[in-house]
Amino acid sequence: MLTAFAIFADGLVYAAYLFIVAIGLTLIFGVMKILNVTHGSFYAFGAYGAATAVGIYANAGWPAALGFLFMLAFGMAIGLVMGVILERGLLRLVYGRDEVIVVLVTYATFLILEDVIVLIWGAQSYAAYQPMVAAGNIEIGDLILSNYDLVLVALAAGLAALAYWALKYTRYGRLLTTVIFDRETAAAFGINVTVVYTATFILGAMLGALGGAVMAPKISVTLGIGVEVIVLAFAVVAIGGMGSIEGALVGALIVGICRAAAVHLVPQIELFVIYGVMALVLVVRPYGLFVRARPRKI
Amino acid sequence: MAARGHLVGALMFLIAAAVGPALPDWAVSLAAIAFANALVVLGLVVMWRAGLVSFGQALYYCIGAYAVALIARWTGFTDAVALVAIGGVGAGIVAALVGFLLARYREIFFAMLSLALSMILYGVLVKTESLGSTDGFSVATPTFFGLSLHGDKLILALYWLTLGIDAIAAAAVGYYFRSIAGALAAPIRDNEIRVEFLGVSVTGIVHGKVVIAGTLGGLGGALAALTIGHVDPAMAYWTTSGGFVFVTILAGAGSVAAAFVGSLLFEAARSIAVDVMPGLWQMLLGAVLLLTILFLPEGLGSLAARVGKRGEVKR
Amino acid sequence: MSARTRILPALVALAAVAAVLPAGAQQPATVKLGIVSFLTGPAASPFGIPGRNGAEIVIEALNAGKAPPPFDKVGFGGSKVEAKYVDEAGSAANVVTEFRNLVQRDQVDAVVGYVSSGSCLAVTPVAEELKALTVFYDCGTPRIFEEKPRRYVFRVSPHATMDNVAAARYVLAKKKNITSYSGINQNYAWGQDSWRDFEGAMKVLAPKATADKVLFPKLFAGEYGAEISTLLTSKSQILHTSFYDGDLESFIFQEQARGLDKRMTIIMTTGETAIWRLKDKMPDGTIIGARGANGPLARDTEINRWFQKIYTDRYNTPPTYPAYQMAQSLLGLKLAYEKAAAAGGKPNADAVAAAFTGLEFTGPAGHVKMALGEGHQGITETAYGTYKFNKQTKMPEIVDIVRFPAECVNPPPGIDADKWIAGGMKGAKC
Repeated sequence: MLTAFAIFADGLVYAAYLFIVAIGLTLIFGVMKILNVTHGSFYAFGAYGAATAVGIYANAGWPAALGFLFMLAFGMAIGLVMGVILERGLLRLVYGRDEVIVVLVTYATFLILEDVIVLIWGAQSYAAYQPMVAAGNIEIGDLILSNYDLVLVALAAGLAALAYWALKYTRYGRLLTTVIFDRETAAAFGINVTVVYTATFILGAMLGALGGAVMAPKISVTLGIGVEVIVLAFAVVAIGGMGSIEGALVGALIVGICRAAAVHLVPQIELFVIYGVMALVLVVRPYGLFVRARPRKI
Repeated sequence: MAARGHLVGALMFLIAAAVGPALPDWAVSLAAIAFANALVVLGLVVMWRAGLVSFGQALYYCIGAYAVALIARWTGFTDAVALVAIGGVGAGIVAALVGFLLARYREIFFAMLSLALSMILYGVLVKTESLGSTDGFSVATPTFFGLSLHGDKLILALYWLTLGIDAIAAAAVGYYFRSIAGALAAPIRDNEIRVEFLGVSVTGIVHGKVVIAGTLGGLGGALAALTIGHVDPAMAYWTTSGGFVFVTILAGAGSVAAAFVGSLLFEAARSIAVDVMPGLWQMLLGAVLLLTILFLPEGLGSLAARVGKRGEVKR
Repeated sequence: MSARTRILPALVALAAVAAVLPAGAQQPATVKLGIVSFLTGPAASPFGIPGRNGAEIVIEALNAGKAPPPFDKVGFGGSKVEAKYVDEAGSAANVVTEFRNLVQRDQVDAVVGYVSSGSCLAVTPVAEELKALTVFYDCGTPRIFEEKPRRYVFRVSPHATMDNVAAARYVLAKKKNITSYSGINQNYAWGQDSWRDFEGAMKVLAPKATADKVLFPKLFAGEYGAEISTLLTSKSQILHTSFYDGDLESFIFQEQARGLDKRMTIIMTTGETAIWRLKDKMPDGTIIGARGANGPLARDTEINRWFQKIYTDRYNTPPTYPAYQMAQSLLGLKLAYEKAAAAGGKPNADAVAAAFTGLEFTGPAGHVKMALGEGHQGITETAYGTYKFNKQTKMPEIVDIVRFPAECVNPPPGIDADKWIAGGMKGAKC
């Protein structure tokens, strides 16, 4: 019973992490059809930015809650700047090229940004544990849960709800849905696709940086954290269906629960869980769980 | 036209082989690894012509390498030529099986599924402690038709073997490009439904490409394993695949020769970058890739084509 | 040496044009060393950079003739040492290529380096083939000298078996009545080997205790929620981990938020690399290892004080064990070189290798005996201690230090480490 509860709790926390990391990726793919490798850099920059912010507020002696918000804001601001620069300065130039070419553009950008991190922050690692420590923990039976993890779950749920509401009930959301469904028709109806693209990319970048910022207190912010996240986020998005927000949510939950179950019950297979689930889902549903039938264009 | 292409190609391989003895060992070794990797790139070129990119080509590279290393380790059989052939065939068989699954996928999904498969192999190898897990293990020194060589002679022999296999592969792929299945690559890339309407099985053609690319990947991995003298699971990691795709874009899908020149330039550039700007080589590689995509959309191969007779090398 | 003089030959050769290369002109007055360690990537900050810093500072002191005796001769036997630093990051192919470049293109007299055991295993056959003197400084796998006897490859630093055998001995000496233990190690060779040795040693030394949770999260996973829950449900008294740097710190932050260290004592075989950064975030009572008697576990000797001082003065942080390992490796190589040079003239690799074999000397990390692998693999005493953050000085302290003689925690010559542990660690002199 305890194990079942632990699996559920751990799975939820891990799923929250995955969803926060994956939502920006799936959004950009859905709208722009770009598999954005630079997402890993957004995550890393968000984490480094958050660590810097935590350093600032810890020295200034601000209250923890304020510090937490400052950290998120700082991380997302970095995402905003990066999003603007990359979309306006680079991606704009390759719209209309092969999808795969655009992936490689983002891959090249990722490589460059990895070294930019070294130039800005150096090779040493950073810690930003203060918000997590300040949050404390609660005891449930034998298990002790970190309140910070619960905040993460709430944040993920909030993001999911917000995305759902925004897509369904706001003007921008509906425009977005139109562009996701058919870009050319949307343009023909007078939607300014260029603006939608720019806005989406910036939003995606900010979400990626947010992922890094909220994870920063839990991890040691060090070189190479972006690489790990890319493949993880790709897997979640591929399982759920590229470009689908609800898919990312379900994908994150499936992977989160499966991984937690593996760690508790059969730790030997933990390494394969994510790729195993991904291969399995793709075999059954080649384009992921939540993907609409695509029109055949002849 | 094709005949002249053959002549030029053969001449290039002969020159590359002839300069081998004049070069210092470290350069021969670097070139041998580059030309082994070029086979994987050639495989990617075959697929890319049809618009397919695999982010999991390291799967076959790793299978070829481990096949060679394991056979030498378990049976003591060390004949280089036979081992490389086994590596290629082994990877080809795996590709043929995997192809039943992969051939149904396109675009990013093709890339992602191949990535997942290579990562599963990576996981299995990491879990196999008897094979040294991530540390890997060393590959026995190969022999050549019963002849055992050492030092610079061994490196040179491996270099020539690599060139020989490269030449055969280049000729075979060139032949394939001129066959019907090869020629249909561009139409498939442009609009596969129209190709289906012609009564051609696109899935079948894609399956064929997966097998060709897998075999080439296996050959490349086998040769690299012999030259490096060590295999480890990182050979199957997705960043290895990423590196191959990188070179493919750099070289461009225009010509067979570009795969070889591109691979050599890449290895040389990496080695020099690590030497003169340690710590910033990723940035350099990224910048080169970006500039290539922005200013040389068809890759370095197109540069040669543009300078030389237009269209001749390209088609 | 400008960058251009090196690019040019490389370009010429690689464009596959037959060219006579300018031979790497060798001045008899200098000894050239290639120093290889991680300068980029996740292993740079905990191991690569301290290793490189250790090399820089020691070579500088040697060239100035300012090291304490018996290391007080200028450079290596009077010749200044010139070092070239190379990044270890990349695939095995890259590592081997760069090794060849160092030996054949740059014509170094010896290569000192390598953090990853994979790199060491890949480089070893090439070093033997090229007859290139090579000293590994940090990699831990015992396989290097167990698979085959080597001629040109040496390792002054003891291999990783010692760390985990000593960890088991320390735990059992300090904690009575251990009935159950768990482990969390990274899912790759280092983590797997560490756990195998630790579990093996525990089986021999405390046959009644059982291993409970054996966890191998993915390398650089970053998120350990499920692992920590699993451990919270376990009744083990101790937790073994060989995590380092990023993973170690992430794990410590996350387990502290959930109070795991209040339930079980954590033993960290490489914990010493993290204490100066973590300070009060490292839980008091954690058992800390440093892969030998390095850092705060080193004995208070003149040469140790000297090394501590020059390193701390330059880098504003005390040297961690990779810096010690690098210093020990360079000092050992220096003595071997000078022993070989005593015969007159510049010694070749064979002469230095012969002098290195079976060498004994005392460095900052204590007395080294090149006892294993036919005189190519060093053994030293080792130590473990318990962590305590001193709130007055705001500095980490290691208390309750227990020292283990080299012969107590290392296998005797001629037997593989695995088999020695599995066979009950026969011949251990404690």
